[in-house]
Amino acid sequence: MSGIVWAAASAAGAVLLAAGVVLGRLTAPRGGRAADLDLGTPVERATFHTLHTASLAAPPLRAGLTEETARRAARPLRSLLGTEALCLTDGTAVLAWDGPGEGHHHGGVPDLAAGTLETGRSRSAPTGCADPGCDLRWAVTAPLTGEEGVLGALVAYGPRESAVLVRAATEVARWVSVQLELAELDRSRTRMVEAEIRALRAQISPHFIFNSLAAIASFVRTDPERARDLLLEFADFTRYSFRRHGDFAQLADELRAIEQYLALAGARFGDRLKVTLQIAPEVLPVALPFLCLQPLVENAVKHGLQDRERGCRVTIAARDAGAEAVVTVEDDGVGMDPERLRAVLRGEHPGGSGIGLSNVDERLRQVYGPEHGLVIETGVGAGMKVTARFPKYRPGVHPSRTR
Amino acid sequence: MNQTYAVAAVTAVVLATVLIGALGLRVSRTTSDFYVASRTAGPRLNAAAISGEYLSAASFLGIAGLVLVQGPAMLWYPVGYTAGYLVLLVLVAAPLRRSGAYTLSDFAEARLESRRVRRLASLFVVGIGWLYLLPQLQGAGLTLEILTGAPDWVGGLLVALVVTCTVAAGGMRSITFVQAFQYWLKLTALLVPAFFLVAAWYGDGAPRARFDAPAVLREHTVVRVADTVRIALDAPLTLTVTGTVDAVRYEERSVTLDPGAHHVGGGTVLALPPGTAVPERRAEGADPLGWSQPLAGGRDGHQLYATYGLILATFLGTMGLPHVAVRFYTSPHGRAARRTTLVVLGLIGAFYLLPALYGALGRIYAPELALTGSADAAVLVLPDRILGGALGDVLGACLAGGAFAAFLSTASGLTMSVAGVLAQDVLPSRAVRHFRLATPLATAVPLAVGVAASKVPVADAVGLAFAVSASSFCPLLVLGIWWRRLTPPGAAAGLLLGGGSALAAVMATRAGLAPAGWPHTLMAWPAVWSVPLGFLTMVLVSLATPRTVPAGTAATLARLHLPERFTAPVPAQEARR
Repeated sequence: MSGIVWAAASAAGAVLLAAGVVLGRLTAPRGGRAADLDLGTPVERATFHTLHTASLAAPPLRAGLTEETARRAARPLRSLLGTEALCLTDGTAVLAWDGPGEGHHHGGVPDLAAGTLETGRSRSAPTGCADPGCDLRWAVTAPLTGEEGVLGALVAYGPRESAVLVRAATEVARWVSVQLELAELDRSRTRMVEAEIRALRAQISPHFIFNSLAAIASFVRTDPERARDLLLEFADFTRYSFRRHGDFAQLADELRAIEQYLALAGARFGDRLKVTLQIAPEVLPVALPFLCLQPLVENAVKHGLQDRERGCRVTIAARDAGAEAVVTVEDDGVGMDPERLRAVLRGEHPGGSGIGLSNVDERLRQVYGPEHGLVIETGVGAGMKVTARFPKYRPGVHPSRTR
Repeated sequence: MNQTYAVAAVTAVVLATVLIGALGLRVSRTTSDFYVASRTAGPRLNAAAISGEYLSAASFLGIAGLVLVQGPAMLWYPVGYTAGYLVLLVLVAAPLRRSGAYTLSDFAEARLESRRVRRLASLFVVGIGWLYLLPQLQGAGLTLEILTGAPDWVGGLLVALVVTCTVAAGGMRSITFVQAFQYWLKLTALLVPAFFLVAAWYGDGAPRARFDAPAVLREHTVVRVADTVRIALDAPLTLTVTGTVDAVRYEERSVTLDPGAHHVGGGTVLALPPGTAVPERRAEGADPLGWSQPLAGGRDGHQLYATYGLILATFLGTMGLPHVAVRFYTSPHGRAARRTTLVVLGLIGAFYLLPALYGALGRIYAPELALTGSADAAVLVLPDRILGGALGDVLGACLAGGAFAAFLSTASGLTMSVAGVLAQDVLPSRAVRHFRLATPLATAVPLAVGVAASKVPVADAVGLAFAVSASSFCPLLVLGIWWRRLTPPGAAAGLLLGGGSALAAVMATRAGLAPAGWPHTLMAWPAVWSVPLGFLTMVLVSLATPRTVPAGTAATLARLHLPERFTAPVPAQEARR
């Protein structure tokens, strides 16, 4: 009986293993099989081999020089050089060692590398190893340089002094240096994007501040209670908008900011401004870029009340759509010529109106990818409907709680 | 039973679901009052929604049927279904919410920072969702068959169509309200008839099911045996038979069967006089114990093992159900998620008192259902059987409506989860268009399988989905939340080996490939071996690959375990105050 059980279990295991392998194959990146067809001359093959080995070392190095990346790059680099052992070090410590002899040579590396780290030149020196069975008799140290001078050194060990090894090690070190420079370039590009996002976020317009204060001032004598309430709303709203930390907020917090904004706008426009809300409670916890809805509402209010005697209705809706939350802001105001809108979204903004829209659009694209830009439906005299879709989950997007 | 009432009730439930789904948002939330509009769903509303989505056909019909046939041992089902939330509450609820994940795949990606583990988790979400959808559609088929006599695939098709259309059209926008409504509907639909039934039972002189003796028929009863069964008799039995008994064909002949085992062919109609003991259905090699004894039923005779399998699967499987996990996202923070779970425990616990009552009443008033193989119908036929007349019809309609609410709510929640994951991770590109395409796929597969596969009691079929969930997502969630050395290869291996083996065993059982005896028991109740297998694989492979621990593990775990106010950066002004 138990034999059957074991047979069934092992059969199930085998099936699972096969399924896993097939799954792995299916999900693995394609490519890397073409070399079997035309093998080329020996020289060509050697070149291909060298290029392939170099390409294996490149991805880890592109993340900068750390213990983790050095460890992953050391093996391909050693097979590139064809030496007994290879060591990567930064200014202070050994980052990675590939090959034999780590135990008794580890301590000597800082002394070997010191000269190179100081002068930035390759040098060849005997290791002075006491173990007669050890092949690591000579070491070539070559500098790894970045934009800010020498970052570390590559140490290649060989059994004898060899000019070829010096040359090869120097070339490889130079190639590694190029990769490290590229890594620095990547980092500065990321920093630039981050700075750009920071610059893009949260620009409440100075006009809004003047207008709000003027509106509040008009209530100070006639209705001091209301003026006081409005001032508190104003304080809350500005505190929220000027906060420095975190790039994301919960939809509930954003709606609170919009509420304060609309209270202040309502003080100015009175009954002309009507607001309708349809908020699904499921989407209130969704994280979204900080202050990315308020500009849309501001825009709707501005368009809705432009050149009009009668009032306008602004509708804000947030609904649940599976793995996404869909937020729409709609007004029944003057609308906009689609051509002009396109120009605004491209960044050419004649007249300065709609800068909020293009800003929000850009931020959404940067955070969630190009398919998550704003969708705007409008026409002259036909109002405007702006739709934004926010994924409920995106790696790295976590709301900061503010209230 | 009067069909008109029942059809009206089912129609009303379907319409109410669709209408609340489409309009509930507008009715309740169209306002210019920000305070009302932007209030998050409180723990009570959200808990009712989770319970509404969770109480499926298995809870509404299945448990009563199993209690009727196999006795109080089957109460482990409601206990397990409820206790699953206790485990969820203690180990998972708050950290899962704090991770910011919407689906279980999101959690895998957030915790392990790996797209591949995410894709693997998605496959399991789809698998579990389909396994769980199967019994919902099957239950719908059964209900409609009893109510109207339609073929058993019609009900499943109806539910699949309604769910597919509403979900694909975006009609489940206010899903929290729909599901909360469904919970109270289901509770009312069981509670109100229960009062009448208990009153009638009391008026009847409060007969007790003599649980240890064979059930006795109270009136002349005609039974149609759907599938071939083996019955056992302790005393000679005289009955009228139309069909095949012991390979002999009869046409409305009075037959006296000797004590011992007999084979009754599928489609045979047995007319039993009042006062007869209902013949016990006997599985191969079962040890006939009294009905009220624990571990009595005839499940391959390895009842103790099966019970442990059931306990492990339901206790640990609840946390990995795709439609349960996504509801926690509605809670504004981890603390609220925990409170929600606590309320869910109360709501579900209250609900599960009722199916057991129906099971016991069914044992007294409709014992012949045990013979027909459609014991899942016990809840539906009881009002007609006990009360009869217009009142029986109305209460029966009430129960039928409640049962349809159960199919609709669970099926729509599952379909949304499965379709969402299909559209996002399995089908090529992400877009709303694809969500619409994925929805029919999400319901078509279980519908097709349901027509093809062998019939299993509804509650058992749900148990299979729980087993797979317990062996795949329980290790992933528990280790992911509580163990900092979990690695992506470890998680993938554990999912594949634990969840994969459970899935394979369950599939083989449903396809009828499992050999009889111990192998069948092992494969039908895989949780006992597959849950430890999943945990062990995950731990061992993770320990073997320490270098692949995700770089952000410390930060992720801090976010999972610390209350939000500690992990979120504090505004300078507020810190100063």
